Amino acid sequence: MSETAIKFENISKEYRLGLVSTRTLSHDLNRWWQVNVRGKEDPYLKIGEVNDRATKGNSEYVWALRDINLEVKKGDVLGIIGKNGAGKSTLLKILSKVTTPSTGSIKAKGRIASLLEVGTGFHPEMTGRENIFMNGAIMGMTKAEITRKLDEIVDFSGIERYLDTPVKRYSSGMTVRLGFAIAAHLEPDILVVDEVLAVGDAEFQKKAIGKMQDVSKGEGRTVLFVSHNMASMQQLCKNGILLKNGTINLTGEMNKVISYYQQQSSDLQLQDIGERTDRQGNGKLRIKNVIVKDISGNTINSIIMGMAFRLKIVLQNNSWKESDKINELSIGINDEYGQRILVMNNIFINKKLHFNSSEKDISVEFIINKCPLNSGEYGLAFYLHDEFELVDWIDNIFRLVIDEGDFYNTGKVNRKGLGKILVDYELVQN
Amino acid sequence: MKKEEVWDINIQPKISLFEVDFKELWHYKDLLEMFVKRNIITQYKQTILGPLWFFIQPALTTLMFMVVFGGIAHISTDGLPQALFYLAGISLWNYFSDCLTRTSNTFNENQLIFGKVYFPRLIVPLSVIISNLVRFFIQMILFIAVYIFFILKGVVIHPNLYILLIPFLILIISGLALGFGILISSLTNKYRDLTILFQFVIHLWMYATPIIYPLSTMSPKRQWIMALNPVTSIIETFKYATLGHGTFSLMQLGYSFVFMVVLLAIGILVFNKIQRSFMDTV
Repeated sequence: MSETAIKFENISKEYRLGLVSTRTLSHDLNRWWQVNVRGKEDPYLKIGEVNDRATKGNSEYVWALRDINLEVKKGDVLGIIGKNGAGKSTLLKILSKVTTPSTGSIKAKGRIASLLEVGTGFHPEMTGRENIFMNGAIMGMTKAEITRKLDEIVDFSGIERYLDTPVKRYSSGMTVRLGFAIAAHLEPDILVVDEVLAVGDAEFQKKAIGKMQDVSKGEGRTVLFVSHNMASMQQLCKNGILLKNGTINLTGEMNKVISYYQQQSSDLQLQDIGERTDRQGNGKLRIKNVIVKDISGNTINSIIMGMAFRLKIVLQNNSWKESDKINELSIGINDEYGQRILVMNNIFINKKLHFNSSEKDISVEFIINKCPLNSGEYGLAFYLHDEFELVDWIDNIFRLVIDEGDFYNTGKVNRKGLGKILVDYELVQN
Repeated sequence: MKKEEVWDINIQPKISLFEVDFKELWHYKDLLEMFVKRNIITQYKQTILGPLWFFIQPALTTLMFMVVFGGIAHISTDGLPQALFYLAGISLWNYFSDCLTRTSNTFNENQLIFGKVYFPRLIVPLSVIISNLVRFFIQMILFIAVYIFFILKGVVIHPNLYILLIPFLILIISGLALGFGILISSLTNKYRDLTILFQFVIHLWMYATPIIYPLSTMSPKRQWIMALNPVTSIIETFKYATLGHGTFSLMQLGYSFVFMVVLLAIGILVFNKIQRSFMDTV
């Protein structure tokens, strides 16, 4: 259909752990002495242990990216998603020439500019105006281009009164707005955007997303987008790719890629809760697994704020008797500091539970129609009590990941830090 | 269907050593200008005396040298007024050493921004050289003022036509500073301890350069060794041209020039190679 704007051919990025510098000459000399002269193991080769994914052979090499082949059409808005460490940022860094690929090549048409993490490159002592020029120049604009765009930038950022004030006197919000305004008014043919929309207040975020939409749709520019904010990715991107351990896992329409990503069972969900010993109770029944599902029953990785989901609890039947009766089965959700936020159980809603002694695995599902939690990570606790005594009680069994989303269906996204829960509400004027 | 496509950008894993993109550098000339401006105006922001520090710094150093080396150690100044003799050396040397210290830290100081966005990295050390050059010219005003003061006082000074060589001297010393600076920055990028070592080396280097003493007080054998220092002939020629005392040798100046050209070439090639992958080592 349309022509190709960027072509990735066999792009790989390899980090050779053994050769990662220890930053000091003495350490490097010591390493050389230990390894080559005394034949001992490298004393500084600890990075490899953490980074054990995507290893090759004896783990001396780590592939941050492996054989990426991709063609991006002109005018396309491509979203790149994946877990931390999947290689998203590395890919963008190679494209924007911050680092080099180990193999392969990238060919592109036109000028590439990357949207800085907002505010990098600002000098606090210089005025807003001076910083606009400097930041623009860093991103490859000429002075004439910036002069032409100055009014638009100032207008968009809304800092006109402070234009000749040093940036260090700006509030952080103003800095962010200014940084984004400069970047958004660049006129490159290819724009690389790495996680910049997670800044500013809700109003500015909407403005920013709107601007990004204009940039990509109206002006026929190619945009590559990395974000963990699924809501804005969904709004902005037509197509997406899912990276996993440095390779392309899936390419296709953004919506499909996002739902596939969320369905992928995470390592966390495979964690064996049944084996843990830090629990109390007689153990007739023990919680074995927690599975998060979307409303139609597909296993998902993370939940978007406001979405409907199911929490499946799998219990292992050790010595449950037909005569035993469940009194209380509870799930508690804790915030990142371990504070209990809410409890769901069978008692509140008058639900009688009865488990068959013959079944080996027993499962129940909590169905939540609208996830009230703000974005972030939450811990789960489980509590089970029969008529007479505690059966199973264990804390921190699971990490629930909530992604940002459009809870109120207004395009305004509540951010992390603005409270922990969301409720539906109305506002009336009397 | 298959047609030859034209690509504007081609990112490859490796480039040859000699592939330096000067055209790209030229494209970023506005950025160079911005960086120079930033370096100059941010230096003395929020100081009471502001740009006056441009003069106070060399003046205080000169005063210190007059007390320590002239007054206490009684080191000869070739019969010239101490203030003038020291100031001539210090101005040039400060320019050189400031350029060197700042450029040698290019990668470490700018890693935050280098890690986020690409522009030709050579712009940063170039901007340091140029902004220091501006400062040097401003400090020359102080030198000229002191110069005139002593002439009015009746001290006999013999400047000569070699004064016309001064732009050439500045060219060589700038080239040397840039060459050494970027070469060292390519090393300190990997080994941070070299930064500390290097500060010490610069300090020693000053004493190995005829700043606080005239070259003529050295024995011929020592003079020969000191001539290996490419900065020596520049300082000496400068003093000879402006003050009439010192040594001038076309041979030695030629040596400094060739040294500078070779060093700068090596420096640019190494720097160009390192800049592409420095994010992985920093």
